[in-house]
Amino acid sequence: MIDQHTPAPLPDAAALRRPAAVRLAWIGAGIGAVALLVVASVAFGVRDVSIDEILRGLSGDTGGIAEAAVVARIPRTVLAMLVGAALAMSGATMQAVTRNPLADPGILGVSGGASLAVVIGIAFFGLSAPYSVMGVAIAGAAGAAVFVYAVGSLGRGGATPLKLTLAGAASSAAFMSLVSAVLLPRVDVLETFRFWQIGGVGGATWDRIIALLPVLGIGAIICLATARGMNSLALGDDLAAGLGENVARTRLVSSIGAIVLCGAATAVAGPIAFVGLVIPHLCRLLIGTDHRWLLPLSALAGAALLVAADVVGRVIARPSEIEVGIITALIGAPVFIWIVRRQRVREL
Amino acid sequence: MSAPQIIAGRRHRQRRHALVTGVLVLLIAVAYAVTLMVGKTFYSPAEVLAVIFGDTVPGASFTVGELRLPRATLALFAGFAFGIAGATFQTMLRNPLASPDIIGISSGASAAAVFGIIVLSLDETAVSLMALGGALLTAAAIYLLSNRGGFAGTRLILIGIGVAAMLDSAVTYVLSRAAAWDLQTAMQWLTGSLNGATWASVLPVVLSCALLAPVMLSQNRNLGALRLGDDSAAALGVNVRRTRVLLIVGAVTLLAFATAAAGPIAFVAFMAGPIAARIVGAGASPLLPAGLVGALLVLVADLIGQFAFDNRYPVGVVTGVLGAPYLIYLLIRTNRSGGSL
Repeated sequence: MIDQHTPAPLPDAAALRRPAAVRLAWIGAGIGAVALLVVASVAFGVRDVSIDEILRGLSGDTGGIAEAAVVARIPRTVLAMLVGAALAMSGATMQAVTRNPLADPGILGVSGGASLAVVIGIAFFGLSAPYSVMGVAIAGAAGAAVFVYAVGSLGRGGATPLKLTLAGAASSAAFMSLVSAVLLPRVDVLETFRFWQIGGVGGATWDRIIALLPVLGIGAIICLATARGMNSLALGDDLAAGLGENVARTRLVSSIGAIVLCGAATAVAGPIAFVGLVIPHLCRLLIGTDHRWLLPLSALAGAALLVAADVVGRVIARPSEIEVGIITALIGAPVFIWIVRRQRVREL
Repeated sequence: MSAPQIIAGRRHRQRRHALVTGVLVLLIAVAYAVTLMVGKTFYSPAEVLAVIFGDTVPGASFTVGELRLPRATLALFAGFAFGIAGATFQTMLRNPLASPDIIGISSGASAAAVFGIIVLSLDETAVSLMALGGALLTAAAIYLLSNRGGFAGTRLILIGIGVAAMLDSAVTYVLSRAAAWDLQTAMQWLTGSLNGATWASVLPVVLSCALLAPVMLSQNRNLGALRLGDDSAAALGVNVRRTRVLLIVGAVTLLAFATAAAGPIAFVAFMAGPIAARIVGAGASPLLPAGLVGALLVLVADLIGQFAFDNRYPVGVVTGVLGAPYLIYLLIRTNRSGGSL
């Protein structure tokens, strides 16, 4: 585990100020990284464009192919930012709620549940409006979360990281093979919805982004509002209750926030794993375990990671592109293995 | 327990084992025959037999001889190989989740095979060998990564899940670069399919089964001893290291050749062992029944995929839909009984 359990010494005023400066610096660095990557995402892609063409495209002149390509990159950049931020914040919250270092919306099967719900909704019930798709996805995510937690906490020792992770991975595999079964005979929709199996931001449109924004906002506010409670949860249930924290309520509310974030992001971009795992671990190394800082920095770093993954996916596979879900798995799986290796066996 | 009771118990188990084996073989024969006869055109058993014995029957010679016979044979042997390989790993690591398709060894074989086919344009034999190399490398990597500060089966499974995620995304990446590939072919490497079965692709699977299955089955007793733990097995006179290496290499080879020909048919390696253990009862040797259950699963799932719905599904989608709930059921049962997974 990350050193959440070591009791913090009573900080004096100077000690409090310095971390705050460091933390602000990291937040600033996060904002800078996102800004740089957004510029890169608009500038680089499958097609090479000159600076003139970028500027012309941004100023509204979409006459040429290059300018049109630049304009088409903007919504997917925005979507990558939103989805990355949502998944990272959702992952950080899930790690706090389950006190499981391996928690991630993808690994715990929550994204898989959302995907399956969306695919079923579209294929069998003809859903198409953004809000109904998102509602179905959030319902699917919630169902999957409850299911995985229930299965993982059966038996001795409650919801240990190992049992939760296995239950999540198994459910995820199960959901994804059902998604294949639903999608496969529908060749006509398969090209459009292929990213529901892999995870990608190529299908971004402004309609979807505008529909996504308020939902993500609600999820983020819920998570941030319970950040102080998540700090108490890290002390263990007994100690947190002793400090006056309503453990069950904090858990429930934070989980709802995490599920809304993950479900809405999955509804628009498909299941993207490992962002929610990698980013919170990285951010905890940088900024410490205080969730009031960890959650915002995770959101920034998640946005940066997904935009970067999208740029890399577009540049290295010319003339086609690689979905971000593939890139994040290639980056994230080694981190997952590293975390598992650090665990002592009896903690698993 | 007195000696006669033990002997009676052993007789009972042997009878049950023989009965189960007989019934499974019979069911496999029926499923195999149905696969050969049924399709767009129905051919009678006489016509099918004539084709098998080398006579020329108009129409049937091609449809049965070149399409259905390789397909059914591949289903039979690939299922058998998956079943034996899965049961070997599950028994050795004492955990049903430790099957090679969950801990990433199948993904290693697929990744190497897809790379060989798309990037290097190799022929069937070379692809099989590449799949073997990929699977062996993956198995070695998982073993080494999980072997730190004492060996733990649980850590091996988690690390295997991570490795599988990475290799699967590599497969998807290579497939996405091959734009000309149609969906069916891509599906073969994502869930497993028998649609491109030819004699050239079937041959390595049949040969590996013929050579390795007897060797693996001869290790039945040693495998049973390994299940008791390394120290107990050594005390019973088993050469633990040699047995383990032999079993792992044998299982990985069977798996790799079958994967090269049919893709990683979802959950067959995982399902066959526990189902076989259920029907033969605890304590019996699990390998042969697991292989037979695997073969039966693939044959029946392929029939379902081809004929039960309006659309034709690849076999891996059917086994995936069957295997997914079974996986969750098994997880719930193990968790509830308090067993350490």
